[in-house]
Amino acid sequence: MSVAGLLGQVFAIVFALALAPLLTGWVNQCRAWLQNRSAPPLLQPYYMLHKLFNKDVVLAHGASPLFRFAPYALFGCMMLACAIIPSLSTDLPLAPAADALALVGVFGLARVFISLAAMDIGTSFGSLGGRREMLVGFLAEPALLIVIFTVALIAQSTSVATIVETLAHREFVIYPSIAFAGIAFTMVSFAENARVPVDNPATHLELTMIHEAMILEYSGRHLALIEWAASLKLYAYSCLGLALFFPWGIAERDNFMALVAAIPILLAKLLIGGFLVALIETINAKMRIFRAPEFLGTAFLLAVLGMLVNLLLESRV
Amino acid sequence: MSGLMAYSGQLINLCAAVILLLAFAMLAQRRVIHLIDLFALQGFTLFLSTLIMALKTGQTHLFYSAGLTLGLKALLLPWILHRLVRKLHVKSEVEALINIPTTMLVGIVLVVIAFNVALPISNLSSSIARGMLGIALAAVMLAFLMMITRRKAITQVVGFLSMENGLFLAATSATYGMPMVVELGIALDVLVGVIILGVFFFQIRDQFDSLDIHHMEKLKEH
Repeated sequence: MSVAGLLGQVFAIVFALALAPLLTGWVNQCRAWLQNRSAPPLLQPYYMLHKLFNKDVVLAHGASPLFRFAPYALFGCMMLACAIIPSLSTDLPLAPAADALALVGVFGLARVFISLAAMDIGTSFGSLGGRREMLVGFLAEPALLIVIFTVALIAQSTSVATIVETLAHREFVIYPSIAFAGIAFTMVSFAENARVPVDNPATHLELTMIHEAMILEYSGRHLALIEWAASLKLYAYSCLGLALFFPWGIAERDNFMALVAAIPILLAKLLIGGFLVALIETINAKMRIFRAPEFLGTAFLLAVLGMLVNLLLESRV
Repeated sequence: MSGLMAYSGQLINLCAAVILLLAFAMLAQRRVIHLIDLFALQGFTLFLSTLIMALKTGQTHLFYSAGLTLGLKALLLPWILHRLVRKLHVKSEVEALINIPTTMLVGIVLVVIAFNVALPISNLSSSIARGMLGIALAAVMLAFLMMITRRKAITQVVGFLSMENGLFLAATSATYGMPMVVELGIALDVLVGVIILGVFFFQIRDQFDSLDIHHMEKLKEH
């Protein structure tokens, strides 16, 4: 394990924790601008976290230990995900902890915990949100897996770091299958992060909410951890997407200068990416919940198509 | 320019993949206006791939067919279709016989079949873009599927035109394009076909007050 590797790993985690709420704030701000509303301050998510951490926790009667444990599990899963996704450098000592398939599993584990916790209290909203979340999740996960299979076929490895290294630093090749995988990944990440075509993060309307319905019973530091984990999830998905489909600028092994240079590049990419997220959210209307399977089915088919195109056009026989 | 040449094979493959992607998008599209826009985009991608092929191989007739594609399939035909939709006051929703997710599943199966069928043929070809044959065949079959599963005459015409796009792609990928005479003939056929079908639309609507071709099953001599 080299010093640069260790430094890259620490940077990746610290950056994720510090930048994730900022990314959420930036997306919210762009969304407000695009929708002709006056924008909340960029640092609003930090104020929110500060406020929530200083508040007392109110627990419902009959809340089991699972209810109290779930926010920590969720936060831990998202932090692990951010640690193994190569956002700044591909030289991550923690990368062997989980390959791309296990990464999907980590997201799945977080989803199981939050859904169980939502059903734990026994309110109707909680179980409604939990069920909807599982509906979206079971459709999004296979699509995400096929996207990962496609890039894994290109790199001949399922390790995220190796995949990104192959895409970023080998001879430049245009992979048509990446275009399919990129679109499918975008659709999946909108669904997974409870963004507009599938869910609206700003609504508390009982007919439509998914993510918000699950966390209605949470308060205080638990809610703060969940909000933080939600920003970390958005950050993790953004970084994974940027690393897979726009890998330029991510530092190599044992290259300290590249690691330093990777920071502004990542910031610029997140700035543009966050704006695009807000733009897509603005020009799309929220779908009915029963249209979500169709949306995610399309993502799955696109991902399969990408894999087929990869086998047809890019296989080296 | 030399940089472009180095990647021309890959760029053509990318264009082919985009054409396939657009064929799927057309299959999933619910609005007639967007369907026509997607068709125009497919025509434009076809123009790009033909142009790159022409630059790469330096064959003059490919330049002509690229220009023909741009003028006809990316600009003129979409314009005619847009006008038709406006004049006929077509309802904006596409009506499908089978629901759209099922259509997409059938589409994936068709793509797998097309890729498998095309594989031995493309191994015989020596063109720079032989991998594209499978994609072209898949695009043809997807357009065919769209013609089969749609109710309205206008979506069927878009399917027919998109099928022609797939055939054109197959021709350029396998053999560097058809002879000029054939190509001009097909282009004119398609143009005249669309104009005649446009006239048909007005007749169908006058007769049945609708563009739903199901009404035509009831045609009987009494």
